[in-house]
Amino acid sequence: MRPDDDRGEPELPPGPSAAKRALRAAMPWLAVLGLFVLWEVAVRAFRIPDYLLPAPLEIWSQTYALKAMVGMHTLATLETILYGFVMAAAISLPLAVLVTASPAIASAVYPLLVIVHSIPKVALAPVLVVALGANELPRIAITFLVCFFPLVISIAAGLLAVPAEYIEMCRACRASRLRELWRVRLPYAVPFIFSGLKVAITLAVVGAVVGEFVASEKGLGYLIQSSTAFFKTPLAFGAIVILAIIGIALFQAVVAIERAFFPWAVSDDRFRE
Amino acid sequence: MIQIDRVDQVFRARDGAGVVALRDVSLRVEANSFVCVVGPSGCGKSTLLRLIAGLIPCTRGSISVSGQRVDGPREEVGFVFQKPTLLPWASVLDNVLMPLKLMGRPTEGPRGRAMELLAMAGLAGFEQKLPGELSGGMQQRVAICRALIHDPPILLMDEPFGALDALTREEMSLELLRIWTERRKTIVFVTHSISEAVLLADQVVVMSARPGRIDRVIDVKVPRPRNFDQQGDPEFQRVSHTVRELIYANRKAAADAP
Ligand SMILES: Nc1ncnc2c1ncn2[C@@H]1O[C@H](COP(=O)(O)OP(=O)(O)O)[C@@H](O)[C@H]1O
Ligand SMILES: [Mg+2]
Repeated sequence: MRPDDDRGEPELPPGPSAAKRALRAAMPWLAVLGLFVLWEVAVRAFRIPDYLLPAPLEIWSQTYALKAMVGMHTLATLETILYGFVMAAAISLPLAVLVTASPAIASAVYPLLVIVHSIPKVALAPVLVVALGANELPRIAITFLVCFFPLVISIAAGLLAVPAEYIEMCRACRASRLRELWRVRLPYAVPFIFSGLKVAITLAVVGAVVGEFVASEKGLGYLIQSSTAFFKTPLAFGAIVILAIIGIALFQAVVAIERAFFPWAVSDDRFRE
Repeated sequence: MIQIDRVDQVFRARDGAGVVALRDVSLRVEANSFVCVVGPSGCGKSTLLRLIAGLIPCTRGSISVSGQRVDGPREEVGFVFQKPTLLPWASVLDNVLMPLKLMGRPTEGPRGRAMELLAMAGLAGFEQKLPGELSGGMQQRVAICRALIHDPPILLMDEPFGALDALTREEMSLELLRIWTERRKTIVFVTHSISEAVLLADQVVVMSARPGRIDRVIDVKVPRPRNFDQQGDPEFQRVSHTVRELIYANRKAAADAP
């Protein structure tokens, strides 16, 4: 008989206790709460006037008092962000595939992309308003322009990062370009695509606000501008906080989609080797 | 049968100069025989395999497989690379079926065959695992199953056990021999282990570098079925010795050359 025959399966070592885990999860929230408390206390202690730096509670009460109006602006901004972002994603994927399809196409398209990217989008905004009219289109176009370039670059990088052996395997199986793309290149590029999407969603928020600064009578960017013009600083701060929340929420949504549908891409094991 | 006829292979290096990878290489590999290729690194072993597989066209000369000239990848060839190159997002089973998917063939029918292959390779029960959950030896076994899925009459293996530890390596060599005995194929197997080459091969092809050419083809008359206990046999030792001598002589010649 082997010495360990009657010992049974070893038990898993116990993980951190429930209380510890709860504390760890609550940590970021506690930190943010602490910051707000500090802010509130400092503003009151030093008697900082509202129009310079409003206290959190003041921001809350003024923003909440106008919740219907603020809600309308928030929705407008969300719409701009999402339209611009989805358009960028929808256009950058085929564009990246095209750019990586052949060196000739790449050398033709890349310089164009770089030129478009080098133009400051804020400078472009007024021109876009003239071209596209005073509606939501110029805002969506700016959002799109701001976030699509990094997306194309990271998707193209992912499509080109496929190790040569994988491509040789496809060739040895006489796979068509389309099958190679679908079965190997695209799945391989998924982590790259998602890191591009994470950058893009953050930039989309910036793009939407820039668009609203220049050309809008709606949206949180417009709300910030119009309320600061009348020294209603707490309302402007309220809009900024909402923008931050939108940014975090959308970023986390992208992360959640990646976790849910591409779990193998989240762990970095495959890049260790 | 594989017929290689006076093949030269020249690559263009990054600086534009030509690199002669193979020089006047001729070789005949009989159908259903097991041929091992040994030689110093950089002598063109991988290049030779890729030429046979039709992955690259040869600069000069010709290669034919089963009497047909090779001018591109062919379905009757299976390829095993040095690294397992499994797709990390696909299950073990899907990886084995991948060549069929890439060829655009149906995969429902061959599922059973894939399961059989995996079972034969000692991987029953691992079908739904991801490659990342397997050890290096298991991954390489999956890669071999993948090369066998469309039952190619020719199997080209480029240092398939190169990344494995010595024990796993010996185990895998014996397993490969068993597979080959059960279902005969023409195998061209590149290795840098002399004992592995002698254990496996009907013929050992010794290559030398700069420029890569075939030095000698040695018949191995060690009786089959083979195992590592035969390493003490006079014939085993004689062949190992000859191969080793050839490789070292070439090295010395290369070192002495200006
Ligand atoms: N695609 C390539 N481009 C340029 N040179 C290459 C290429 N492939 C192989 N070579 C050169 O050909 C020679 C033989 O390479 P290879 O066949 O990989 O050798 P081995 O597999 O025996 O180590 C080497 O000098 C290598 O640098
Ligand atoms: Mg090699």
